[in-house]
Amino acid sequence: MAELAIELIGVNKHFGEVHANKNITFGVRKGTVHGIIGENGAGKSTLMSIIYGYYQADSGTIKINGKAERIRSSHAAIGLGIGMVHQHFMLVDPFTVLENIVLGAEGGVTLEGSLAAARTHLQKLNQDYGLQVDPDAIVGELGVGTQQRVEILKTLYRGADVLILDEPTAVLTPQEADDLFRILRLLRDQGKTVILITHKLREVLDITDDVTVMRAGEIVGQVRTADVTKEDLADLMVGRKVNMHLDKAAAVPGKKVLSVSGLNLVDSRGVALLKDIGFDLHAGEIVGIAGVSGNGQSELLEVLSGMREATSGSVQFKGMELATLKTREPKAAAYRKLGIAHIPEDRSREGMVKDFMTFENAILGYHDDPSVRRGFLFNRKAIIERCRRFIDEFDVRPALTHRRIGLFSGGNQQKVILAREIHANPDLLLIGQPTRGVDIGAIEFIHKRLMQLRDEGKALLLVSVELDEIMALSDRIIVMNGGAISGELPAAEATATSLGLLMGGHK
Amino acid sequence: MSQPANMPRWASLWLMPLLNLFAALFVSGLVIALIGEDPVECLKLMINGAFGYPEGIGYTLFYTTSFIFTGLAVAAAFHAGLFNIGGEGQMYLAGLGVTLVCLQFDYLPAYVVIPLAMLAAILFGGAWALVPGYLQAKRGSHIVVTTIMFNFIASSLMTWLLVDKLRMEGSQTPATREFAQNAWVPMLHELFAPLGVELPNTPLNASFFLALMALVLFYLVVWHSPKGFVTRTVGLNEKAARYAGIPVDKVIIAVMCVSGALAGLAAINELLGSTHRMNMGFTNGIGFVGIAVALMGRNHPVGILLSALLFGALTQGGLDLSFEKPAITREMIIFTQGLIILFCGALENLFQTPLSAAFKRMLKNQ
Repeated sequence: MAELAIELIGVNKHFGEVHANKNITFGVRKGTVHGIIGENGAGKSTLMSIIYGYYQADSGTIKINGKAERIRSSHAAIGLGIGMVHQHFMLVDPFTVLENIVLGAEGGVTLEGSLAAARTHLQKLNQDYGLQVDPDAIVGELGVGTQQRVEILKTLYRGADVLILDEPTAVLTPQEADDLFRILRLLRDQGKTVILITHKLREVLDITDDVTVMRAGEIVGQVRTADVTKEDLADLMVGRKVNMHLDKAAAVPGKKVLSVSGLNLVDSRGVALLKDIGFDLHAGEIVGIAGVSGNGQSELLEVLSGMREATSGSVQFKGMELATLKTREPKAAAYRKLGIAHIPEDRSREGMVKDFMTFENAILGYHDDPSVRRGFLFNRKAIIERCRRFIDEFDVRPALTHRRIGLFSGGNQQKVILAREIHANPDLLLIGQPTRGVDIGAIEFIHKRLMQLRDEGKALLLVSVELDEIMALSDRIIVMNGGAISGELPAAEATATSLGLLMGGHK
Repeated sequence: MSQPANMPRWASLWLMPLLNLFAALFVSGLVIALIGEDPVECLKLMINGAFGYPEGIGYTLFYTTSFIFTGLAVAAAFHAGLFNIGGEGQMYLAGLGVTLVCLQFDYLPAYVVIPLAMLAAILFGGAWALVPGYLQAKRGSHIVVTTIMFNFIASSLMTWLLVDKLRMEGSQTPATREFAQNAWVPMLHELFAPLGVELPNTPLNASFFLALMALVLFYLVVWHSPKGFVTRTVGLNEKAARYAGIPVDKVIIAVMCVSGALAGLAAINELLGSTHRMNMGFTNGIGFVGIAVALMGRNHPVGILLSALLFGALTQGGLDLSFEKPAITREMIIFTQGLIILFCGALENLFQTPLSAAFKRMLKNQ
């Protein structure tokens, strides 16, 4: 038995009535890459937060290097050699790399002294781990992949022996992810221990030595990666057989529903966010838009849904020019009435009001519809009946109309939004990240539902950063890079490599 | 994160405000003890002054009426995520509208002049809130700052008008002439006298029923109508409002107008219900108390009714107390009100952590 860097014995954590971590017992071998996988809400993040000192366990023991410790704060965790790279970087954009790294760990009276000392230390770290980060670069001007390396450097600078990475590849291109993995392997070879939290099975198989699978707050599997297959892991995660591939019939494209040409968007600072975007979308087909997040996909959805005004260009919906459409109400409302429904990318901040009950969220955007009104007031009964139908039809759990939607899991929130937008019977459905933060069971359900809509003759525009999802659902794939379309290809011809290259801007 | 994870709904709705109230009263009691009076006796005197005899109750309800309106004004804006501190100024300007109508038209019959005066209160109060609302919606000027400044502008403007323009001829006090009786909102004791019910002679007037109606209407609009839905969406999640196609700017402006109009209706109670003329500074802090009423009442009509009643009782009981105990001045009562605002508003979550910990232990033991 190899030495354990971290060992947990019988750790429990409750939040109110929710038992988030149940009797967790597992160990991370020193000098390995250890994957922790599980659906959303499986308790991975809670567990890591306990190790990193954000939360205190209700019971159980945590051993670091064989010694029982009480970790009361992240400061204490850092002192014990544990570092965390968050999904959302904790960097100060206008500062240089060096300043960011020293931030919070400045010694001495003046900054100059500690910066000079840090510079020497940093150069050594840079060399040892092949990180290739310029200490004097301004962090805000660096790419996402490099920023992530700055975060890694920060933890190393603070003497971390164990690095915890929370969904590190969510924001990276496949090529950048490969780069990250190269660094992680190097770290491991130099004796560091890496804990990788992810829901991407491919990554787990690629890079980890051991895997711990969590489900509903419990550990349901601890295996050597070499001994398992992708399907094994997926089954462990969900607790039943999952269909990773959709059985899909060939698309039967009908009439042209949407025709975009020469679409440009320039923001108030003069930055071009959309550059000469043009494509067609027909009834009965799904067009997927692939790309690393932040390459114009969000802005495209905003323009098409009427939330944002394009600078120039034409958008024709069922032969009607939308760019010059004059409306009294905001365009988002007008478009919705014309038959454009929108499932927004940022579900929790745009698609719903967390503090509203399920039934209130079930009419967001359709609150002015005669079907939910009775004169000046709402027809509360009709609204609740509608909500109940959504819940039944989309298997929303718990099946409660009067519960704040913020208390539902991501997957169930998404089902409510999907139900609401489908109920309007739109001709065009704009879909942003339909399964972000959604557990595998719900993903399957949502995908089937989207295919069904396609087969009913709806036009679907799907934006997703998950290549698997894009490839599984789309009939055609458009790749965006830097606000422009870098390529378009039929789904049948697309591979992760070909898409990855286009996403990185290589034609 | 403000969601108390371990606390039942009834506790956060009822127990917490009550705890905050008791804490405020306790500190007030300490101060009263410090100046050499007996806090328990003072409390008894206050309660007796507010509810102990018919006139006391009448006065309490009269003050409550104004506080309901200004409390609703703050709550309405709050549901759209706006903190309207300007109730005082909006009420003052509404008073100007009422005064102008009455000075011009109080020869007309009551059923014409009173609705006209109410309309003026709504329009003037609403218009005074419209400007900050517009500046917030279109220019991003913070509503707290602008509404506070508009209080000062209103105050200066009204001082000038009352001293130089509206003052009764030949009088030294900055006040208008008395309005003709046509413009007086009927007193409750007058209304009930023909029915054989004898009520004491107090300024409690028909505006009280208007306030109760406003509470019901407020509930219906906020929670049972598309208008309220839209307002709450803007208040809770502006991005989601834009996604839903809600014209956020228009909603902000409209809600501020409604808020100002509600504050304006308090002027009806004061001017047409009680003084029957406009005096300088007639608003007397009623607009500010509305902030406390809304905070303590959790922006819900039932809560607002109860907290308006509390502040009404505090005002009336406090006045009685200061008659009985010369050592306790009006300022002392304002001090107590201030403490209640502090504990219920600023320190709202003072007891939340220990309380939710206590509930957690209870749940565990079950």
